[in-house]
Amino acid sequence: MAIAFALILVLVVIGSVLFHVLSPWWMTPIASNWGYIDGTINLTFWITGAGYIAIILFMAYCVFRFRHQEGRRAAYQPENNKLEWSLGIGTTVAVLALLGPGLVVWYQYIEVPKGAAEIEVMGQQWQWSFRLPGKDGLLGTSDPRYVGSGNTLGLNPSDPNGQDDVVIDGGDLHLALGKPVKVLLRSIDVVHDFYVPEFRARMDLMPGLVTYFWFTPTRTGTFEVLCAAFCGVGHDAMRGSVVVDKESDYQAWLQKQHTFAELSARAKKVNLPQ
Amino acid sequence: MNITFLFLAVIAAIVAWWLAQQRLTAKPWLEAGSIGDTGASSLPAAKIGLGVFLAVVSSLFALLISAYSMRMEMGEWKPAPVPKLLWLNTGALILSSGALQWARVAAHRGRLDRVRAVLLAGGIFAFAFLAGQLVAWRQLDAAGYYLTANPAAAFFYLITGVHGLHLLGGLVALGRTMDKAWQGAKLDQMRLSVDLCATYWHFLLFVWLVLFSLLLLTDPIESDSGLVSLIGRIF
Amino acid sequence: MVDIGAAEAIPSAEVEDVELYHAKSWVTKYVFCQDAKVIAIQYSITAIGIGLVALVLSWLIRLQLAFPGSFSIITPSNYYQFVTMHGMIMVIYLLTALFLGGFGNYLIPLMVGARDMVFPYVNMLSYWVYFLAVLVLVASFFAPGGPTGAGWTLYPPQAILAGTPGQDWGIILMLASLILFIIGFTMGGLNYVVTVLQGRTRGMTMMRLPLTVWGIFTATILALLAFPALFVASVMMLFDRVLGTSFFMPAIVQAGEHLKYGGGSPILFQHLFWFFGHPEVYIVALPAFGIVSDLISTHARKNIFGYRMMVWALVSIAVLSFVVWGHHMYISGMNPPFGFFFATSTLIIAVPTAIKVYNWVLTLWRGDIHLTVPMLFALGFIVTFVNGGITGLFLGNVIVDVPLSATMFVVAHFHMVMGIAPILVVFGGIYHWYPKITGRMLNERLGQFHFWVTFLGAYLIYFPMHYLGFIGVPRRYYELGETAFVPASAATLNVAITAAALVVGAAQTVFFFNVIWSLFKGKLAGGNPWKATTLEWQTPQTPPGHGNWGKELPVVYRWAYDYSVPGAGQDFLPQNQPPAKQAPQAAPS
Repeated sequence: MAIAFALILVLVVIGSVLFHVLSPWWMTPIASNWGYIDGTINLTFWITGAGYIAIILFMAYCVFRFRHQEGRRAAYQPENNKLEWSLGIGTTVAVLALLGPGLVVWYQYIEVPKGAAEIEVMGQQWQWSFRLPGKDGLLGTSDPRYVGSGNTLGLNPSDPNGQDDVVIDGGDLHLALGKPVKVLLRSIDVVHDFYVPEFRARMDLMPGLVTYFWFTPTRTGTFEVLCAAFCGVGHDAMRGSVVVDKESDYQAWLQKQHTFAELSARAKKVNLPQ
Repeated sequence: MNITFLFLAVIAAIVAWWLAQQRLTAKPWLEAGSIGDTGASSLPAAKIGLGVFLAVVSSLFALLISAYSMRMEMGEWKPAPVPKLLWLNTGALILSSGALQWARVAAHRGRLDRVRAVLLAGGIFAFAFLAGQLVAWRQLDAAGYYLTANPAAAFFYLITGVHGLHLLGGLVALGRTMDKAWQGAKLDQMRLSVDLCATYWHFLLFVWLVLFSLLLLTDPIESDSGLVSLIGRIF
Repeated sequence: MVDIGAAEAIPSAEVEDVELYHAKSWVTKYVFCQDAKVIAIQYSITAIGIGLVALVLSWLIRLQLAFPGSFSIITPSNYYQFVTMHGMIMVIYLLTALFLGGFGNYLIPLMVGARDMVFPYVNMLSYWVYFLAVLVLVASFFAPGGPTGAGWTLYPPQAILAGTPGQDWGIILMLASLILFIIGFTMGGLNYVVTVLQGRTRGMTMMRLPLTVWGIFTATILALLAFPALFVASVMMLFDRVLGTSFFMPAIVQAGEHLKYGGGSPILFQHLFWFFGHPEVYIVALPAFGIVSDLISTHARKNIFGYRMMVWALVSIAVLSFVVWGHHMYISGMNPPFGFFFATSTLIIAVPTAIKVYNWVLTLWRGDIHLTVPMLFALGFIVTFVNGGITGLFLGNVIVDVPLSATMFVVAHFHMVMGIAPILVVFGGIYHWYPKITGRMLNERLGQFHFWVTFLGAYLIYFPMHYLGFIGVPRRYYELGETAFVPASAATLNVAITAAALVVGAAQTVFFFNVIWSLFKGKLAGGNPWKATTLEWQTPQTPPGHGNWGKELPVVYRWAYDYSVPGAGQDFLPQNQPPAKQAPQAAPS
């Protein structure tokens, strides 16, 4: 029994390692500047993985070596201060080796580089809308109380900065390759989370607040946006797309979009005849 | 969350003080033999139990105050003016607490007749406090600061309501103690009951004074004043 | 050997019969009973009963994930209701209630050498309020609209708005049930704490307590201080839902309609919830730590290695657990610099936790390991706990959490560390103490079968699940559908996980059969079948009678881990065995 148990523990370890090596499942290829995040994950993976294997194999050895046999009597050893403290200190060092790099990367994560273009993502059950600053480079203010016909994003109609904002309601968000963006996030109903696995970076959309994160797209292509904060029965259907374009394609796309002023004028026209 | 951290620090200090007496660095495997002192307190279990319960209630109020101050800091804060009546109510609660302290002294001196009279007075003052709180609620309601008017008003009703409910619970215990006093229970049982009631009353008075001063401190301040975020940060 | 003398100073603790209260009727003996042992059984049966509901819900969840759209009864609403109820039941109504109400009630008085809890009447009320909380929870399944489907975290504004299943009655009943649970728990918790403080028998110092008592004691203190946060949050949300206040509700436009709410803060709820929620993890883990320490020591016939360090680690974990809650909110939009603080505190807590793990495996070193069923479960716990613990180092490190948060990685992590690991301890504990509770042994063969299927099956469920999270599969998805970044093979993996889950679930019938069958046909156990040192095995009767100890309380002469003491005849010395005239040779320390 003891031998079988030890053997199975060893098999659990070998199986886990083989699973990691042979399985096709690992992180989705990255499409942003956040290679450091992947680096921290890998570092954590190897340090903790080594610890895990060491502990389980040691346990398996003990179970085998010190299994009950006729006449065996356990040793009497209440404690070993030196051993305990050195294990504790060793663990502290390993933990600091994880924490240090992690905090450095976190610092980079929350410090937005100068010159990052601001864009806005707005979530509501169960769709995404986007807003880009117009020629003035500034996003106008907003509040859920302004939401109404022709103003689905709730922009402040009397804010001059908002008039030329490009509103994308129902379409894909396009980003220019290699340009850092600061993504401002807000929600007009419940908590959502703007999650593009390839970008690694993300943040919740907290109603009542404007949250942010930043990243630089490093690969062209179309990436799926998922909501990753439970937001009601339609949670799994709250999808969208981010298209990362070369600069020229991006400009071509941008020309076709409408500003807030255009959209509100159009809404007035539609409403007038009634 | 500062007040919650302060509360946790106080609890941690009590725990540390207690642990320090439990010989945590002893090597128990070397100490086969009898040990007379197990480290248990000489106080009756009921008093220790009340102490632990008060820690739980403190946690509740510390968190309520933290929630209040965190919300206050976030802007759009339009508190109701504190009704003047609360001063009167505070007086009633102080008298009630004083009466119970008197009852405690009387019980220890064995003056059962006085215990009865003072307990009754304490109960009446406590009821007066609760009635006064209800009137204050109605005043605020009439002034337009009804429950759903804004978060500041809602917090006012919530915090005073939770405090009032605790006092109401205390009145049940007080009623049972009074019953004992009138039935003529054993004096040492009486003492314990009166002691417990008095401790609980002082505690609720203390909580009320903290809550009341918080309300007064934040009374006229709206979120556009810089003071509000300062106070929010302090608590 | 330190001479502490004063052997004669201990007074006799014989009690008069009048002080031993006796139940007067069937109702007070089995229903409104004040005997902690009966209350423990009541708690356990209720908790496991409602836990079975959670088990069935987990099957339904798994079936949907493996075969999306194949079951017409599992609609999106149902699915989220199942997920919510499964989580809430497992964390609160099963694990918390079972460890503290079940194991706590049974073991604390016996292990500290008391006749009962210090406030038996309040203890009885505690159970019945808990029972009422469970009834209210169950009622929500039958309420119009069904139970709430807001996720066990109940985040507002979503939890109380249309668009979330069960927003009419389900959420109200859920919050009411939580409030009741907390009231009931507080009554019980006062008992557990004060009994450990004041109810210890003669000679039972804190440092002579078995680690089981230490674990339950510290967990109870955590719970008493942390549950008020959930209480406050529940009351405030109930106000928002029923009375229309806006504690957690900002200005909201839902489906084009402006709601009446405004000015509230949803993130405030998250702070309150996790101020409770993180200590809650340790409320479940610390009793498991304690129990597993005793199981390993007893069945390896060796004292727990580094007892003092184990106690200090428990206390440090308990203290630290109050300053780590923010690691559940790294990407919630809270003030970003908080990330530095919470990541540091979270990773620091790994150190005392790791020390506990080392001491468990070092207890095995040069032991005399009996692979009994309780020991199997204890060792299985170490594997799953270490596995779940190290993935905690991923999620606790703020930047690593960013891509992994709210993915299946998180689901795998917390199931491994606070689902499977504590449940293995629950089983280990039941196999270990069942002989004391019933006087009969559980069948060993069935127990071994139960262990292997549960342990390996659970590993097969949750180990591969981490990899779904690495890919980026989000949690709480009714249907993933066609998603470009997820390879088709992930669907196959989901089917395999579901197959394992069904097998593990079904294998639990073996356990229940064993528990019932052994009650009547099990081998007679005698008073101390494991040759254990702690006081519960030294009762004059098995199962222990009312009042536990007969006329005289035991006197404790030694710590709880005198196994294989050099020079002693047998390989264990019960705590109440007086030292021999010639003291045994002290080991080098």
